[in-house]
Amino acid sequence: MSEEVKASSPKQPLLDQYVKIIKEQVGEEAIKDAFINEPNDHMPVLVINKDKWYDVAKLLKDHPEMRFDYLMNLAGVDYEKYMEVAYHFYSYSRNEFLGVKVQTERDGGTVPTVMDIWATADWHEREAYDLLGIGFTGRQISRILLPDDWVGHPLRKDYKPFDEEV
Amino acid sequence: MLLNVGPQHPSTHGVFRLVVKVDGEKITDAIPVIGYLHRGTEKLAENLTYTQIIPYTDRLDYLSSMTNNYALVQAVETLMGIEVPERAEYLRVIVMELNRIASHLVWWGTNLLDLGAISPFLFAFRDREIIVNMLNEISGARLTFNYMRVGGVKWDAPEGWIEKVRKFVPYMREKIKEYHTLVTGNEIFLARVKDIGVYDAETAINYGLSGPVLRGSNVKYDIRKNQPYSVYDRFEFDVPVGEKGDVYDRYMVRMEEMVQSLRIIEQAVEQFPESGEIQGKVPRVLRAPEGEVYTRMESSKGELGVYLVSKGKDKPYRLKLRRPSFVNLQLLPKLLIGRTMADVPAILGAIDIVLGEVDA
Repeated sequence: MSEEVKASSPKQPLLDQYVKIIKEQVGEEAIKDAFINEPNDHMPVLVINKDKWYDVAKLLKDHPEMRFDYLMNLAGVDYEKYMEVAYHFYSYSRNEFLGVKVQTERDGGTVPTVMDIWATADWHEREAYDLLGIGFTGRQISRILLPDDWVGHPLRKDYKPFDEEV
Repeated sequence: MLLNVGPQHPSTHGVFRLVVKVDGEKITDAIPVIGYLHRGTEKLAENLTYTQIIPYTDRLDYLSSMTNNYALVQAVETLMGIEVPERAEYLRVIVMELNRIASHLVWWGTNLLDLGAISPFLFAFRDREIIVNMLNEISGARLTFNYMRVGGVKWDAPEGWIEKVRKFVPYMREKIKEYHTLVTGNEIFLARVKDIGVYDAETAINYGLSGPVLRGSNVKYDIRKNQPYSVYDRFEFDVPVGEKGDVYDRYMVRMEEMVQSLRIIEQAVEQFPESGEIQGKVPRVLRAPEGEVYTRMESSKGELGVYLVSKGKDKPYRLKLRRPSFVNLQLLPKLLIGRTMADVPAILGAIDIVLGEVDA
């Protein structure tokens, strides 16, 4: 049943096109999964292999059929078994949206930085590191909202406050 | 020499600290230090039901609480597929646009105060008071309104309220003209804001800027227009843009936005349904189905986005707030390097940050 619904999504051809371009230019193994997020206005979503993320990111921004020049949001999520970084893109020239997910290990996991592709990723990545402990390779990173000597990363599901009474 | 600007100076707009390296009068480096206010809103939200989170959103951009309320309920409504009655949508638009004007008024007053002018501050707060009183009448609060609910709004408009709003529009139009007479042509003002803090459209997009700071650099993009939510597609209004992206352009964009908000309010009051529900049918306990959405809206500062991950419980699994002030502030060091200390308040003020939103 879900297959039928998927086929009827108006964004499915677009998603197929993105997948095709990425597989051709970066490699078959770059994409782990691709689906349409229906409640979210049929937003196409790609799950990218983190080893290939930097190359894919460059392609997302520069390829004439994608041109995702605006990184709207970057959010880290703790799924308890693994960590995920969710990116949301918009293309001004094409008026299209795209969601991207990159997964990494829960403890000491890292994701390549994309701050030289989208400058706005800088503080977003620092926030994800600060609150969830997700590392970003290829850049200097420090806490942004919490003091430098803070212990732990509060948005992790297993975070224990230093003093629970406070 | 290292200079600390803030965190407790009025022109740093609250608890913002800027470490500035100066060589004589010239700024050679600037490092923003934020996080003095961090209250962990996203963490708190994981332990609260959807309705309980609404008052927390009031405290993000506390000058524009109505839009923050909307950003959250929009995400929940999108994920749950809830229909909102028309009358409620109109009330939402009216209070959000009133709040946008109130927010821009605070920016206008305090920004000019930073530049050394006191009267605009008094003018702005005099007129903002009228809006705050109207919002108080409908919501019961002057700052943290907590007015919107998933599926509608908390209270209907009291007797005669719509009429009050209708009368406010021409009054405010006149006042904005008065503001222009008072400030906009002033030579000292122009010397402080023209050709200062300039960046082009490409830089603005690369830094993810949104709202007036994006439109000031000639990017004609407004979520209300380009991806309409609520009932915004029913109103006629223009999206003002600047030409070269200096402080002056951002000033003019905000001034014009107030005029456009008045246009929207005027039409909303005209079209306001005589009767009808203000709260749609929603279950007593809100349980968003498993899934995730990223929704966005045009707050007075820019794109306010909510990334909501649900596991089917009555509380969100993860709630990430994409706060426009946080994102817009990133460009600040780049704008300050090479300028003088006197330009700091002008450039910072033109970004229009609210610290509750910078570090939620």
